[in-house]
Amino acid sequence: MGSAQVFFYIFAGLSLLFSLLVVTRRNPVHSAICLIITFFFMAGVFVLLKAELLAAVQVLVYAGGVVGLMLYVIMLVKADEASQVKQSLGQMVVAAFVALLLFLQLGAVAYIYFSGKGAGAAVAEAIRYGGNTEGIGALLYTKYLFPFEVASVLLLAAMVGAIVLAKNRLER
Amino acid sequence: MIPLSHILIYSFLMFAIGLFGALARRNVFIVLMGIELMLNAVNIAFVGFSSHLGNIAGQIMPIFVITVAAGEAAVGLAIVVAIFRNRLTVNIDSFNLLKW
Amino acid sequence: MIKYVWLVPLFPLVGFTINGLFGVRYIKNRAHWIAVPALGLAWLTAILVFIDVLHGHTGEVTLWDWIVTPDVHVRVAFWVDQLTAVMLMVVTTLSFFIHVYSIGYMGHDPGYPRYFTYLNMFVFFMLILVLGSSYLLLFVGWEGVGLCSYLLIGFWYERESAWKAGMKAFITNRVGDAFFVIGMFILWYYLGSLDFKEVFEKAHMLSPEIVTIATLCLFMGATGKSAQIPLYVWLPDAMEGPTPVSALIHAATMVTSGVYMVARSNVLYNMAPFSLEVVAVIGCLTAFFAGTIGTSQFDLKRVLAYSTVSQLGYMFLGCGVGAYAAGVFHLMTHAFFKGLLFLSAGSVMHAMSDVLDMRLMGNLKKYMPITAATFIVGGLALSGIPPFAGFWSKDEILHHTFETGHYFLWFLGTLAAGITAYYTFRAIFMTFFGKERIPEEIKHHLHESPKVMTIPLIVLAIGSATVGFFGLKSSSGESFFAGFLAPVMHHVHGTEHVVEHAAEHAVHVPASVLIAISVAVGLTGILIAYLVHMKRFIDPEKLVKKTWMIHRVLYRKYYVDELYFALFINRTLDLAFVSWKFDQFIIDGIVNGASYLTRFLAWVTRYCTEPFVVDGAVNGASYVVDLTARVLRRLQTGVVSNYMLFVAMGLFGLFSIYVFARFF
Repeated sequence: MGSAQVFFYIFAGLSLLFSLLVVTRRNPVHSAICLIITFFFMAGVFVLLKAELLAAVQVLVYAGGVVGLMLYVIMLVKADEASQVKQSLGQMVVAAFVALLLFLQLGAVAYIYFSGKGAGAAVAEAIRYGGNTEGIGALLYTKYLFPFEVASVLLLAAMVGAIVLAKNRLER
Repeated sequence: MIPLSHILIYSFLMFAIGLFGALARRNVFIVLMGIELMLNAVNIAFVGFSSHLGNIAGQIMPIFVITVAAGEAAVGLAIVVAIFRNRLTVNIDSFNLLKW
Repeated sequence: MIKYVWLVPLFPLVGFTINGLFGVRYIKNRAHWIAVPALGLAWLTAILVFIDVLHGHTGEVTLWDWIVTPDVHVRVAFWVDQLTAVMLMVVTTLSFFIHVYSIGYMGHDPGYPRYFTYLNMFVFFMLILVLGSSYLLLFVGWEGVGLCSYLLIGFWYERESAWKAGMKAFITNRVGDAFFVIGMFILWYYLGSLDFKEVFEKAHMLSPEIVTIATLCLFMGATGKSAQIPLYVWLPDAMEGPTPVSALIHAATMVTSGVYMVARSNVLYNMAPFSLEVVAVIGCLTAFFAGTIGTSQFDLKRVLAYSTVSQLGYMFLGCGVGAYAAGVFHLMTHAFFKGLLFLSAGSVMHAMSDVLDMRLMGNLKKYMPITAATFIVGGLALSGIPPFAGFWSKDEILHHTFETGHYFLWFLGTLAAGITAYYTFRAIFMTFFGKERIPEEIKHHLHESPKVMTIPLIVLAIGSATVGFFGLKSSSGESFFAGFLAPVMHHVHGTEHVVEHAAEHAVHVPASVLIAISVAVGLTGILIAYLVHMKRFIDPEKLVKKTWMIHRVLYRKYYVDELYFALFINRTLDLAFVSWKFDQFIIDGIVNGASYLTRFLAWVTRYCTEPFVVDGAVNGASYVVDLTARVLRRLQTGVVSNYMLFVAMGLFGLFSIYVFARFF
């Protein structure tokens, strides 16, 4: 077992633990904090898998932007105080069951089909481009230019939509 | 080398956890976080495959996923704000105007 | 002139059309102005045609094609030969004078124009009958005269006895006609044609059995039309019609069509000796049988009616022994004297205010000398007393009967001649001589008939006296009449021997002896009548009382009518009754039953099926939908996480399918 593998297990395990905490905390602020920590550990896994740019984007956009936005809204709505919502046990059981089922199925497929395959040959590829970031950039602005532009439009639409939806109706 | 199957199991486990969160929780924010977790799980899978197959293109998709997730989180939260103004609650069980 | 023979029936056709269409409304009492000249012109044309035939011309005049198909070709054509010429003269002459007579006789009748319409129509059809060149055209005329006979017998249709008599005549005729048609079918089936020329030419191809059957069928038709046994029963009842009608139709013309038909078909009958025997025997039996009935009747016209049936029997007897010419000769003489007798009887009726019972007459010669004289002339002719016409023709028939070896038939025929003389003069003595038994009211109106009636009587009397002379034998041993008709009476090869054979084995009695016997018999009959009814040597009433059984049988016409009623008519009515009941109960029962069934089904539908079945189905369907909806509604909780749960479950399911497909 190489050191990469060990670190992988550590990072993966911890991110899973904290993701569990995310979905089990009563206070949404606690959940958000746990989510950030989860993202951090996931970024670590990305690095191990030689996806450095992605790790950075993850931390910046996801952990920073998205969860931060969530926290703002949580505060706005004062959900942290009013977080005493009754959980329905039945729903939880069913959901857990379904999730478990799905995981088992997918896992079984993954295990049967993909066992014995290694991961890590991306290094050679990245060297060709002169680094991971350069490689992604090269692809993003040539081969995947169209999706890139579409994504921009999508972000614009999301922005406009969010503003329109959240606007205070009283000001006309 | 990190075995691909382990990465995938990690991804699927996170997906399952996220799914559970989205289905089982009443609080709308937790639901949104569960959705984010699911999307991230997918990212991990992509990156795992990318690393395994030695193709950088496998890392482009997570970029887009993150983009879309960000946009979707923004809009979703705007909706929550709008609903909250009317209902003064974030219990998704009370968002039941579609009930027969 | 033969070319224009079609004019002869044309005149009465035009006459009856005009009278028929306009008679009742416009012409009324002047109907005779149309009818009588029509007959007059027809008579003159017929005379011209006759003269042409006398010079030896014969021929066929085609008028048009009637039925043209690949199998059947029927033309409307007239055939004129010596036989036709004789018939033409008889028909037109008698018709003309009877039309003239009718002007006086029917003068006061409200149905005057209708009478002349029917009478002209009758002459038209009778002419078609005798002129037709095929059995089919003959049959057209045959049916037509049957129709006119019915119309004229039932002329006074308000009288029950009259229309009943009309029906009897028509139906009885119909029975005969059915057989006639069968006979025609047989001929057509085997020979492919009904034209006289073709049939007689090809007849030798037929087997004797077929010819026998065909001729017997045709003869059955003749027994109906010419009132022989067994279908004679209508003729006495036909006296319900006006007397001129009785004279024309039921004495001179229509009833002789059967004889004409047999004479015309001599080729066929010569091939079927059995049929000839049947004809002769029936003719002779009828002659005797009817004569005996005539002795007991009190109705003057009835006596003459049975006399007609009897004389027709003689005509058939003549044809049946092979002497067709003799039969036709008797036809001609009979037309004259029987027509005369009927017209005289009509004259008597006219004077006696329509009373016909001879028991109420007597000594009428004082009041109606002309009528009496002409009646006596007719009576002498009928009794076969020379030199009057009847003697010549009747004697010729009896002579041939004897010559061909039919000794019993000759005996019966001679006996019948005696009986004929007896009842004829019985009628004469009772009516015109002796004690007057006339009731007072009638005596006031008793007068001789007007000239328009007496002149035809005189003409016919002259005829009755003179036409017999055609029977004089020429140098060849044959009578002029027979010699004239000889070309028509062909002998088919191989059948001559039948007649000659019989003649060979005959007892040879000189003709003069036979003549003497028949004259003697006739005079004896007259003598007996004189003794009984005039001199009262034997009182008729006492005689009747002593022989009341025989008298009853004779007076009731051997109960034949009763027999027919029981055997046929009532059985037919029974069948009709059964059919009516069947229709009423079963057919109507089914119809009514069907309606009851429908109404019952409607009731069931309304009260049973509809509330339970139909409404049940409808309500049931809605209930099922409601139930389903109630269940499925629960899916729409409005809770988003539920929906997400379903999505997750669906995802799981889809993925399972993929896994199964891919990895198994």
